[in-house]
Amino acid sequence: MAYAYTPGLRVTPATILRKERKLPLPGQILVEVGDSVQAADVIARAELPGNIRLLNVGSALSIPAEDIYRHILKRVGDSVVKGEVLATTKGFFGLFKSQAQSPTDGIIESISEITGQVMIREAPIPVELKAHIVGEVVETIPQEGVILEAYATFIQGIFGIGGEAVGELLVVAESPDEILNPERLTEQHKDRVLVVGALASYPLIEQAIQQGVRGLIAGGIRDADLRKLLGYELGVAITGTEELGITLIITEGFGEIAIAERTFELLKERQGSQTSINGATQIRAGVVRPEIVIPLSASADNIDQATQENTLDIGSPIRIIREPYFGQLGHVTALPIELQPLETEAKVRVLEVEFADGSRVTLPRANVEMIETS
Amino acid sequence: MNMEQTVPDREIRSILATDCGSTTTKAILIEKREDGYHLIVRGEAPTTVETPVEDVTRGVINAITEVQELADRKLLDGDRIIKPQQGDEGVDIYISTSSAGGGLQMMVAGVVRNMTAESAERAALGAGAIVMDVIASNDKRLPHEKIERIRNLRPDMILLSGGIDGGTTSHVAELAEIIAAANPRPRLGISYELPVIYAGNQDAREIIAERLADQTALEIVENLRPVLERENLMPARLKIQEQFLEHVMAHAPGYKTLMSWTDAPIMPTPGAVGAIMQTIAEQRDIQVVGVDIGGATTDVFSVFRNIEGAPVFNRTVSANLGMSYSVSNVLAEAGLQNVLRWLPFSVDQSDLRDRVKNKMIRPTTIPQTLEELIIEQALAREALRLAFEQHKSLAVGLRGVQQQRTISDAFDQTKTGATLVNMMGLDMLVGSGGVLSHAPRRHQAALMMIDAFAPEGITHLAVDSIFMMPQLGVLAQVNPEAATQVFDRDCLIHLGTCIAPVGEANRGKPCLSIQVALPDGTHIEETIPAGELRLYPLGVDETARVQLEPARGFDMGAGRGTSLETEVTGGVVGLVIDTRGRPLTLAHDEPDRVERLQRWISTLKLYPEHDLWLMPIHPV
Repeated sequence: MAYAYTPGLRVTPATILRKERKLPLPGQILVEVGDSVQAADVIARAELPGNIRLLNVGSALSIPAEDIYRHILKRVGDSVVKGEVLATTKGFFGLFKSQAQSPTDGIIESISEITGQVMIREAPIPVELKAHIVGEVVETIPQEGVILEAYATFIQGIFGIGGEAVGELLVVAESPDEILNPERLTEQHKDRVLVVGALASYPLIEQAIQQGVRGLIAGGIRDADLRKLLGYELGVAITGTEELGITLIITEGFGEIAIAERTFELLKERQGSQTSINGATQIRAGVVRPEIVIPLSASADNIDQATQENTLDIGSPIRIIREPYFGQLGHVTALPIELQPLETEAKVRVLEVEFADGSRVTLPRANVEMIETS
Repeated sequence: MNMEQTVPDREIRSILATDCGSTTTKAILIEKREDGYHLIVRGEAPTTVETPVEDVTRGVINAITEVQELADRKLLDGDRIIKPQQGDEGVDIYISTSSAGGGLQMMVAGVVRNMTAESAERAALGAGAIVMDVIASNDKRLPHEKIERIRNLRPDMILLSGGIDGGTTSHVAELAEIIAAANPRPRLGISYELPVIYAGNQDAREIIAERLADQTALEIVENLRPVLERENLMPARLKIQEQFLEHVMAHAPGYKTLMSWTDAPIMPTPGAVGAIMQTIAEQRDIQVVGVDIGGATTDVFSVFRNIEGAPVFNRTVSANLGMSYSVSNVLAEAGLQNVLRWLPFSVDQSDLRDRVKNKMIRPTTIPQTLEELIIEQALAREALRLAFEQHKSLAVGLRGVQQQRTISDAFDQTKTGATLVNMMGLDMLVGSGGVLSHAPRRHQAALMMIDAFAPEGITHLAVDSIFMMPQLGVLAQVNPEAATQVFDRDCLIHLGTCIAPVGEANRGKPCLSIQVALPDGTHIEETIPAGELRLYPLGVDETARVQLEPARGFDMGAGRGTSLETEVTGGVVGLVIDTRGRPLTLAHDEPDRVERLQRWISTLKLYPEHDLWLMPIHPV
């Protein structure tokens, strides 16, 4: 029988990571297979077609649309500048002339005898694609992008805000469950990516933005604080385009939740490294999670070989991801086959978990996620 | 091509049907027995449209494998469905629906926002699409803003309409110019042309072709609003579904193979559910509202008679109202107070907000405690209520049409384009989707639907047992007999009947006197005050004669204060009398509201006994 278990988020000390970097539309690739790239390197470039501006010459000159070619001074493909006269009427003996002027700089794209409209396309908008991570180009996709390979520490968060950012990693919190006082962030944290403990509170985030911090990594965030920060209620978890001046990576969930011990220890180990983070999250079919990538010096040793287990077994370490035991860790002690009733009277597939203090509880299998064992 | 596929002309002994949802692929096996068609088993597996598998057929094979194991019958030969049935092996036909990859996402364009553009929106929704935006000549956006919007949204398809036949062509030409300038790229696959369907003024066809034929996969169909007074949505709807298969589905991973397996065209899931709703309304000659509440979206379907008495089908989709991926949006749109009003206990507001967000980021989790279940069902009430509000605003008569009215109509309808949804005339309310189909007690589903939809007068309630309406919808297209039989036997769970007088409920004042002759011979005679919920036993397939005498100011459908005698049918819940008044309002004072909610919970036996009810109430 097929059952989907929450696969859990990846927290891997060392892995070979393949990242596809793609342009939003066809363009030029600036690197070749075998090239080493730094996070800030521009690897591809494209030009977004300029914005279209429409000018209804027919109504501007009060002439029928089909007469447009009798009055227009330009042709399709001509360049125009803002304020330039595009069309004019003769008027009476040179008097009462009407003129239609270009609203922008650009190129005439079309002239319509049906609607009387002239379409002017503005200059293309350049788009640059950076490598974002330190790595090597292993494949180029002509006109579209490249595939980079990096040997790195890789950590997925559960939820994030803001786009790509790069900075030196610094663990400010003493312990994974510490709640940091905003005053702890000072100007020495400028341009850094900081690990701040169990809560990214609103005052802490504000202070970080003021101090020019690039990114914060925390166990949890309160929804009320998130709303205050964004200025609106986040309805659907599609993020990454917010422009707050900082990127947030939340590793556990909403509320005050300690960063998982293993994640915290790993971040501590990698302190001082140039770290690439991305808060972009999409919780939909084709889920996108926020991520932390910390490059390692080229070495093929200790590569994490898919340590993630796919099925639950007796002894599997798990994390509970729903109330009333939200955030607690334990290991599986029983996996009964029969459906069992919950307090709600729903009959579901369950498992028994033992916590570190030896106590045991029975939970729906849907409410736990696997923890990697490497 | 799949569109020409026909079902073999012989007796069908067995049917395999799948529905490829965005997260789960569900398969059902139907067999013909001596007394007709029956559902045999249901299986499911994760959908495999996304990486790493990127082939929808894998999930289909996995779901069928589960069916094969549960039914103890060979259906697959390797990765091939055995067809036709040979002895005990294989099935006679295989059909499928799909909403994988986010379903069909469309933009529609029309000249006037609440005339042709609205008709176009109804055509797209009826075909099973999610409408991402409606572009209209008079929508107050500047042309470059419209172009920017089309470019950014990357729809799967565009439906362009505008102008009645013989009318002016310049506005629709302008819309075509805007679409051409945007030159939108489809969401799936960088290499194919975006399908654009033109269903506007037939005199503008040449102009449209000139502007769009080179850049898009342009298809031209009959005008969907040929004259102001009439819509002609079917040609556009059929073309949308055909294009969905030929372009969108064909570019989704694995669909070409899946299309070669099926004996009928793959339908978008909501299109199939809509088909079954229409079948119910037609066969029973009733007015129906159906709802399917999922994790990301909520679809509402209705069949109501218009002013001429002809049944009109409408479907809307609330793309961001749902119980997991979109649950946080339910809270955002409804507002915290509207969710809290359904809770019979106090909760910390900040904590509630965090819980809702945690459900959003971990959408597959389920409520373990009763408190969590009640919170989830409170959110469901608001999601359903909001989705129904949206439906009512779109399921309207044609705007801009002169109407002959009587004096009484003039009181009911203040403008053309009034909603067709007439709750007093509604005969049946059907619920589907996890939170309704899988509620631990059917009573919970019944009250969620009553609270959210506020049915008026006498309304029969039902739920889809295991969410198999999509498969039955597509089956109805190839074998209506089998679809109807399975629908009645195995799909539809009758909950019972809700009786709700319309009027303002002043607590404690008389509202309704009833006399019920129950099938077991019991005779009930009671006067129920306003502000109450009552439950009487009336089982599945049982009927009871009821005499209803509303108090002055209350209407049961025959007019204020006018008595009514009728027959009602039962179900697994029974006969529910709701004297809480319409519109349904709850007390503002929290202790009072909570006390009443707890009383209703107890009367309807909604939840198990629990010390949650003993917790002190603090004003929120």
